[in-house]
Amino acid sequence: MIQANPQNWYLVLSTILFSIGVMGVLMRRNALIILMCIELMLNSVNLLLVSFSAYAGNSEGQVFVFFIMVVAAAEVAVGLALLVSIYRNLATTDIDVLSKLKW
Amino acid sequence: MSSQLIFFILAALSIMSALFVVFSKNPIYSVIWLIVCFFSIAGHYIMLNAQFLAIVHIIVYAGAIMVLMLFTVMLLNLNKATEPHKPMLYKLAAMISGGLMLLVLLASMRSTALGAYASPAYTESGYVQNVGMVLFTEFLLPFEMTSVLFIAAMIGAVVLAKKEVH
Repeated sequence: MIQANPQNWYLVLSTILFSIGVMGVLMRRNALIILMCIELMLNSVNLLLVSFSAYAGNSEGQVFVFFIMVVAAAEVAVGLALLVSIYRNLATTDIDVLSKLKW
Repeated sequence: MSSQLIFFILAALSIMSALFVVFSKNPIYSVIWLIVCFFSIAGHYIMLNAQFLAIVHIIVYAGAIMVLMLFTVMLLNLNKATEPHKPMLYKLAAMISGGLMLLVLLASMRSTALGAYASPAYTESGYVQNVGMVLFTEFLLPFEMTSVLFIAAMIGAVVLAKKEVH
């Protein structure tokens, strides 16, 4: 028989993962790693949605996670295409160099 | 309490690999640690009795997204630690603001009253049958709209990555 864990544990775990993702976005300069940290944040939210869905016995949260995965896949495809294009023109993925849109 | 032990092992694995993603110097290692993190999150999904999502998660993330990331890292020749260092002050500020956010979220979570939910071990909400029923009845229109989103993303990626140097 499987003993259920308290749901608070999942809340704390996904909060920690989300904070690590935010920290990575703030700390790193490589645009590729920033993209990976965004994926990490999306995954922590997915974990939270799945835990709520499982504890409530309701499938709709898992359908939402499915749609989030779709959006994440599209986002990564477009983001990596942008990154390749930037690298072709500037030969760098350092976000401090890409400051033309900053004012 | 074997499920608690499994939870703690998986949680430690996911937090540790997430930290390695942020802190490793070489982008290749970051990608590989992110794959480890995704597998441990898939383990959490299985613990929550969401088998369908666990398989989809492995296929989509470890199979598609991370392969794309690895290709990009190797295509752009980023597989060495070339990143110039930010000043220590920036890193410290990033850590402090991330930690403060964690603190605020945890503090707001402490006063949350969770409902008396059922044990996930006995719910069948994660089975393919139930997820499929909800997906193809209530969420049929959004499901079809995602194909439009994918077409747009695909065309956008091809147009953006076309070879032209300005």
